[in-house]
Amino acid sequence: MDYEVVIGLETHIEQNTKTKMFCSCKNEFGGAPNTNCCEVCTAMPGALPVINRQAVYNTIKAGLATNCEISKTFYFDRKGYFYPDLAKAYQISQLYVPICKNGKVEFEVNGKQYAIRLNRIHLEEDAGKLVHGLFGETLVDFNRGGVPLMEIVTEPDFRSVEQVMAYLDTIKNIFKAIGVSECRMERGQLRCDVNVSLRPFGSPNFGTRTEMKNLNSFKAIERAIKFEISRQTKILNSGGKIVQETLRWDDVVGQNYPMRSKEDSQDYRYFPDPDLLPITITDEEIKKIKNELPVLPAQLKSEYKKKYGFSDYDATQLSKNIEISKFFEECVKAGIEPREASNWIQGEISNILNEQVGEEIVIKLVPINFAKLIGLYKAGEISQASARQVLRKIWDSNEDPGEIVEKQGLKALSDDTEIRKIVEEIISKNPNAVNDYKSGNKKALAFFVGQTMKATQGKANAGIVNKIIIELLGE
Amino acid sequence: MDKTKLLKLSITELIKAFELGQTSSEEATKACLEKIKNSQLNAVVHINEDAINLAKEADKKRREGKKGRLLGVPILLKANMCTKDNMPTSCCSNFLKDFKSPYNATVVEKLLKEGAVIIGKANMDEFAMGASNETSAFAKAKNPHDLTRIPGGSSGGSAAAVAGLECYASLGSDTGGSIRQPSALCGVVGLKPTYGSVSRRGLVAFASSLDQIGPITRTVEDNALLYEIIMGEDEKDSTTNRKPEKFVQNIGAPIKGLTLGLAKEYLDLPADSEVKQTVLNTIDFYKKNGVKVVEVSLPNIDKALAVYYILSSAEAASNLSRFDGIRYGKRVEGKDLIDTYYKSRTAGFGAEVKRRIMLGNYVLSSGFYDAYYKKATKVQQVLKQEFENAFLKCDCLIAPVCPQVAWHFGEKSTPISNYMADIFTVPVNIVGRPAISFPCGVNKDNMPIGVQLIADMNREDVLYKLASYFEKHKGVK
Repeated sequence: MDYEVVIGLETHIEQNTKTKMFCSCKNEFGGAPNTNCCEVCTAMPGALPVINRQAVYNTIKAGLATNCEISKTFYFDRKGYFYPDLAKAYQISQLYVPICKNGKVEFEVNGKQYAIRLNRIHLEEDAGKLVHGLFGETLVDFNRGGVPLMEIVTEPDFRSVEQVMAYLDTIKNIFKAIGVSECRMERGQLRCDVNVSLRPFGSPNFGTRTEMKNLNSFKAIERAIKFEISRQTKILNSGGKIVQETLRWDDVVGQNYPMRSKEDSQDYRYFPDPDLLPITITDEEIKKIKNELPVLPAQLKSEYKKKYGFSDYDATQLSKNIEISKFFEECVKAGIEPREASNWIQGEISNILNEQVGEEIVIKLVPINFAKLIGLYKAGEISQASARQVLRKIWDSNEDPGEIVEKQGLKALSDDTEIRKIVEEIISKNPNAVNDYKSGNKKALAFFVGQTMKATQGKANAGIVNKIIIELLGE
Repeated sequence: MDKTKLLKLSITELIKAFELGQTSSEEATKACLEKIKNSQLNAVVHINEDAINLAKEADKKRREGKKGRLLGVPILLKANMCTKDNMPTSCCSNFLKDFKSPYNATVVEKLLKEGAVIIGKANMDEFAMGASNETSAFAKAKNPHDLTRIPGGSSGGSAAAVAGLECYASLGSDTGGSIRQPSALCGVVGLKPTYGSVSRRGLVAFASSLDQIGPITRTVEDNALLYEIIMGEDEKDSTTNRKPEKFVQNIGAPIKGLTLGLAKEYLDLPADSEVKQTVLNTIDFYKKNGVKVVEVSLPNIDKALAVYYILSSAEAASNLSRFDGIRYGKRVEGKDLIDTYYKSRTAGFGAEVKRRIMLGNYVLSSGFYDAYYKKATKVQQVLKQEFENAFLKCDCLIAPVCPQVAWHFGEKSTPISNYMADIFTVPVNIVGRPAISFPCGVNKDNMPIGVQLIADMNREDVLYKLASYFEKHKGVK
């Protein structure tokens, strides 16, 4: 039997504020253990938290970018549990009144539009990190303790893995676009817990769900969900029952394992944090933040369609990542014709990015250099093949493309007589192909162009080559 | 200067004596330390080994013409205030017995800036939970007026040391009466400031929404001086919200035309007749001196004690959860992590602290939150409204501080009987108002009785006017 998949997500995103959520320690990834921490981070007696207004501002920004309502008055709660990475033995979080609620995130899967409802976005502090030593000892590093952390909770609206992946890609790009986080999963800046359940198609009730933790990459999330769907399907099909539990994904083995039930059944004893006063935000402040929001990927897409006449596909490709759209716009600013820039970005640049390691898009190419390169190509000074070659040279070197062309002798061969000499020689060496051509086989033309390019190491001006071949062989 | 005479000086008098060259900080500090050393009060639990050097430095500064409103004045802190000097910040708990803080509390910084010589830390109920000093993990402090009696609590050591001439002033902390009650029982002056006036940074938290640090002194004027120095907003305590103000100017100011509110429900709470009579005499005194007396109503004041024990225990349970044996303080290794938590906390905390932690976790636990914690906050709102209404009709409320004079050690054997001792003081913390406790008489055994004046938010000026007037003209000192 086939089941309908029901998925809900809790996504944690660390903010990139200069300082931590409740003290003035630096919010910085890396660093020697316990160097970015103070009496607040380590919960020394008498230490008090002070709210980082920037983090609150960022959360409101995140809420506005995901169509949330912003609470006019909100406050922080204490969530109590004992664990060595949580110095105070309570996390300052928000249960009763989150900063943002009732949002909506839209995205596309295979050309179809979907909208996922957000239950809330609340602000809290990250915990420290446990480091397990060689001799069985466990050490705590509080550098991460107190980093501002947003939790984005969706309703159980997802009906496929593809929707989950598209949603994650979308919110990642939104949060990057509004500049509140780099969302780098390998640094733990974006983390995700996934709730999965199954139900017969058409059933109005939800099935029993399981929660998966320890999902450290997009790939892991995708694999874990697929694994969990097939695990639950097998249990249901064999007449079994799903146990509501928390599962830990093992990415090496590719399986989910139950976590100890102790970690699963906590009474957090939430109550409003008496060390912090409620915050009230005025409509004017919210309006001001709204006006400061940058153009978001979805708006950018329709802007590109209108402004440049791009197809839906091209506009999506150029707008969905902030790094890509930023680079595209810089290219246009540097004088590259938009369609040309789009072709290159979706062509050779996309190839280069695919070859890079990691899930992050990093473009170091300097737009001015790239514009110069395109200029050389468009002027016929270099061939497309040479242009691709030079692009890879200047990708992360900030060298002048003109100089590279000069140094490496990549200048296009556009001298009529010289090209004519080479073509004549190829024609004389390939009488069969000449016959093919004359008997109407147009593929033979491509053969001659290819041979000429080979002989000139791709430097010959393709237009001129074509013209001469046709001229010499006759129509 | 004659030692007894020297130790009896008020801060104002001591500073005058410094200026006239009649004595020095070194001499005064040595006198205090010697008094502490030979004392039977157990009022002081940690001595600052650097005190005499600091006093010498203060004397040098004075010779060099440097200023400081407390330059050279020997002062004690309650043992729950963080200092990064050689003293532990123990809270009189086995858990923090040897704990040294890496930073100074904001009030400590303020005292040091004015040149105060911090000579030690005073005894207290463990983590400020108690009304008699009997929950201290160390030797219990005693009442200087009768060594067989308790000094009150939780700032019992702070009040006993000031009354016993072991320092010139001390700081206490008041969550439900912990400054006012021991001040009353020891016959000194104690102020619980308006919530949000004094930074709590570096005060080991008991109940964050109720805790305030305040001065304990022998005169009202000294109290105003010390309060002026320690109050004012602190960017590191976001519950502070008050600009610095002057208070000494209110000492001896006219009181004619001020209005004193009598709330029947408040005055009718159970108390010994001697205590009630002394408070009535005080009301008469003010009447005779031009103060208008009006009746006001606080219909729900009898609920304050219950509200207090729910809210304060809930916050305490959470505040004390950081004492897990992982980073500092008591640690008893167990067979695993959870066992280490259990063993460390079992060994580190005394019975009363454990009782409050259990009570606090109970009222916060799922299923009970609405019935206890949430309901208590609702009643708190009602009480705030009732006080607000009362202050529309008067400048000040008057009430006893403690239902009785200092009792004998061991006399109150049940937790409830101890909690009942807070009945007059806790409403003030719940509504965030300021209150001063000062001596207004003695009972038949010559034990001091205190009276409490309560003002509206940020109106300590009224308290100082009325208290100093009584002190000057009635002369109970």
